[in-house]
Amino acid sequence: MHWDIVIHNFDYFLWGQTQFDGVFPFIHEPGGLLAAIILAAIGIFGAFWIGLAAGLMRLSKRWWLKIPAVCYVEMIRGMPLLLLIFWFFFLAPVLIGQTLPAFTTTMFCFMIFTGAYVAEIVRAGVLALPKGQLEAARGSGLSQVQAMQFVILPQALRNMIPSFVNQFVSLIKDTSLAAILGVGELTRTGVQVDNREMVASFEIWITIAVLYFMICYVLTSYSRRLEAQLSRYQARDR
Amino acid sequence: MDYNFQWHKMFSGEPAQWMWDGFVTTLQISSISLICAMLLGIIICVLRMTPFKPFQWFSLAYTEFFRNTPLLIQIFFWYNASHVIIPTAINEWMNDLYYWFPGPFSMFGTQFVGEWVLFNVELITGVIALTVYTSAFIAEEIRAGIFSIPKNQLEASRAVGLSFLQGYRYVILPQALRIVIPPLISQALNLIKNSSLCMVIGVTEMMFQATQIESYHAIPFEAFSVALLIYMIISLIVSFCITMYNKHFMIQVMY
Repeated sequence: MHWDIVIHNFDYFLWGQTQFDGVFPFIHEPGGLLAAIILAAIGIFGAFWIGLAAGLMRLSKRWWLKIPAVCYVEMIRGMPLLLLIFWFFFLAPVLIGQTLPAFTTTMFCFMIFTGAYVAEIVRAGVLALPKGQLEAARGSGLSQVQAMQFVILPQALRNMIPSFVNQFVSLIKDTSLAAILGVGELTRTGVQVDNREMVASFEIWITIAVLYFMICYVLTSYSRRLEAQLSRYQARDR
Repeated sequence: MDYNFQWHKMFSGEPAQWMWDGFVTTLQISSISLICAMLLGIIICVLRMTPFKPFQWFSLAYTEFFRNTPLLIQIFFWYNASHVIIPTAINEWMNDLYYWFPGPFSMFGTQFVGEWVLFNVELITGVIALTVYTSAFIAEEIRAGIFSIPKNQLEASRAVGLSFLQGYRYVILPQALRIVIPPLISQALNLIKNSSLCMVIGVTEMMFQATQIESYHAIPFEAFSVALLIYMIISLIVSFCITMYNKHFMIQVMY
């Protein structure tokens, strides 16, 4: 057993080749676990807005809003994330004439990919509210957009919080795919140290699995608790 | 936009052949893992339901650990590091597997091309990783299905004289498995999509072949677009078929 290799490289697992300095945004070339968390956080932030837009478009009755959203969601949900990353990596030069850095590519891919799943969460959340809510809002004189903004979404989004946490967990797990394009996040640091040391594969992969597990497990148990708390205040039919 | 599209290259010669091989391997690896994952998932779930505490703890630890770590890490683990915990004899057996089906051979009177049914150590590692990962999710979903069956059904089955396992086998599981068909569809689709990750250890499935075409023939955009289209078609077909099946055969549980 070579646990000393893991101990010596533990800080490398945690932040890789990150440079901390006084220049905005203070963290440059993020790596290791830090990069995984940054990628996941930016990804879920972007995915929230993309998903909100796509989910609401899919609920719309106008076909020119509905069809693009349906195509987007069904397409993204039908393809593996790895394929999306590669495809986007080679599509970007076709679109903008130059290659994107691997970090940016994966960041956009995480947004686009998770956005499709968030769209389904948003749609399910809005549909799960009793129909009377929207009817009452329309009946009291609000327009469709106002009813959505002031009545439906505040309730629906709050009910969706546990699903968002779950989506965030799966996004943290998905950030490991960035390693294949060469982004130096947690998985990549593991591959590097594994290839350098050769003798400690078992220890290294167990350590990295445990690092991912700790973050994801904390979040999943939090989401479970949240779900139990929120279900008490849900609006119901009846 | 000065990209030179060469779609004709994708549909002839080596790229087409490689893509087809990759497609077959993808179907092979995902179907084997799906069957194994279903069985393992059911076992893990039943272990969780037994009154015997150590079984429950094991199953809880299993599901929580494998659900909360990335599949890529698990693949790396099984491929690079599992020899520490797997007995040497099994390791050697797995390394020798490559020589089982080296060339064309016939089985049940059918002629197979060797590469199609190649059981090499990469493929088996991939199957193990996919199976273990997916079975954890399947176990959770079946557990949710079992919880939706009223508890008194199990009690009634016990009272009728069935043992615990018989009660699960004849009363609870047949109902629960039908309830959980929709979430199992999405797990099956996830498994097919996740099989693309097996390329990192050299399983020659569709993603692997796409990257190979990219590096040999320099048509990356075309290669990945075709792979993308095939994945989407598989997903759509599978979800359509199972939705149809579901519509015809799903039963309502009696409460």
